[in-house]
Amino acid sequence: MNLLSETKLNLKPYRNYMLVGLLILAVFWTLVSRVPVDSATQEEAPPSPRQGFSAPDFSAELLNGGQVTLSELRGQPVVLNVWATWCPPCRSEMPALEKIYKDFKEQGLILIGLNLTSQDSEKSVVDFVLENSLTFPVALDRDGTVQRKYKISGYPTTFFIDKEGIIRSVVVGGPMSAALIQSKVEDLLKETP
Amino acid sequence: MYPFLRIGPLLLNFAGLAAVMGVWIAITITEKESLRMKLDPNQVTNTILIGLVAGVVGARLGYTLQYLQAFISNPLSLFSINPETLLPWAGLLTGLLAAVFYGRRKGLSLRPTLDALAPGLAVFMIGLGVSHFLSGNAYGAPTDLPWSINLWSEQRHPSQVYETLAAALIFALAWFSSTRRQGTGMNFLLVVAGSACVRIFLEAFRGDSQVMAGGFRTAQVAGLVVLAAALLLMRRWGEKRVAISGPGAAQE
Repeated sequence: MNLLSETKLNLKPYRNYMLVGLLILAVFWTLVSRVPVDSATQEEAPPSPRQGFSAPDFSAELLNGGQVTLSELRGQPVVLNVWATWCPPCRSEMPALEKIYKDFKEQGLILIGLNLTSQDSEKSVVDFVLENSLTFPVALDRDGTVQRKYKISGYPTTFFIDKEGIIRSVVVGGPMSAALIQSKVEDLLKETP
Repeated sequence: MYPFLRIGPLLLNFAGLAAVMGVWIAITITEKESLRMKLDPNQVTNTILIGLVAGVVGARLGYTLQYLQAFISNPLSLFSINPETLLPWAGLLTGLLAAVFYGRRKGLSLRPTLDALAPGLAVFMIGLGVSHFLSGNAYGAPTDLPWSINLWSEQRHPSQVYETLAAALIFALAWFSSTRRQGTGMNFLLVVAGSACVRIFLEAFRGDSQVMAGGFRTAQVAGLVVLAAALLLMRRWGEKRVAISGPGAAQE
């Protein structure tokens, strides 16, 4: 017990030095663990369906005919909304998506409504699009390939992809408010090509 | 990673649930600590809850100000339930200010209150670590170490596990030293300084660090500022304690 008290007493004069030493060690670690500037700017993020990564490429048929390939849209900001007609929050956020699409398409915004057709019916999709007067392109994921590639775990899921094809933000669930969509789109449009 | 569970039309957010559980357990532990610090647990809990509510309101207002045009065009969005339209630092600042204001009005002593919050804060960080593990957020840098995990197309450091274990260690320190440093504020500073050290050390293994000019990781720089402030306060509060309990003092 006495030894313990003595040790404590002996350490007290060094307490300030120990605190300063800790701080110096922390500064040193911060310096040595900096991110090399070259790797931060030059390395391309691997494709993965999450923020900060390159958006996995896909091709899908469009409801109005033709096909869309994500990689061909490089140079333009893309909003990819994954939805189904039987999903209430997906249905609820469609008017907001349509409004933002109309407001920003002139500035180069691409919005794709990717329907999970493997779990939906094409007739329901057509009816829903007509009923809500949707003007943005609706793509059909007939065999669930895109759903698997993007590891969709909840509906709706929306990916905000920049001009370089990097996913800047992912919103799972909904309905998204119009301001949320607009704020994300503004961020995408602000970025330099 | 299991961020969501779909039960019919219901989308259960596991990651969010872990964070909420962290808050709930933290409040329960804080109530117990409040009794030990001879504080009214109801007042301490109310302070936390007011801080949380003010934090959410502040975070939403902060986001609104940042994207003012978007909210002017869509004013009803101000009341939407989207957690994405929250600005974390604005929420933290507002929550802290509201909690301090309420605590002072209720006459809560600063240092015992901070000490009562200390173990709960560490528990909240454990919850946050579990939440990150479930969501796959705060992911690690690529590595080929034997304990790496496959996440987001690569073998990576299990940074969420590191974070959770470190928070558990800080909790153990805070819990077992709280009886020795009862009500001096030192236990809270220990948690803050410990957390800052952990952030500075573990950030080096993260794959999603925000990088500043010169390649500095923002979280490490912020951690350094917090660590310096905590150590400075430790020294000052420690000196005062020595002066109070020094020779000639009748009692602490």
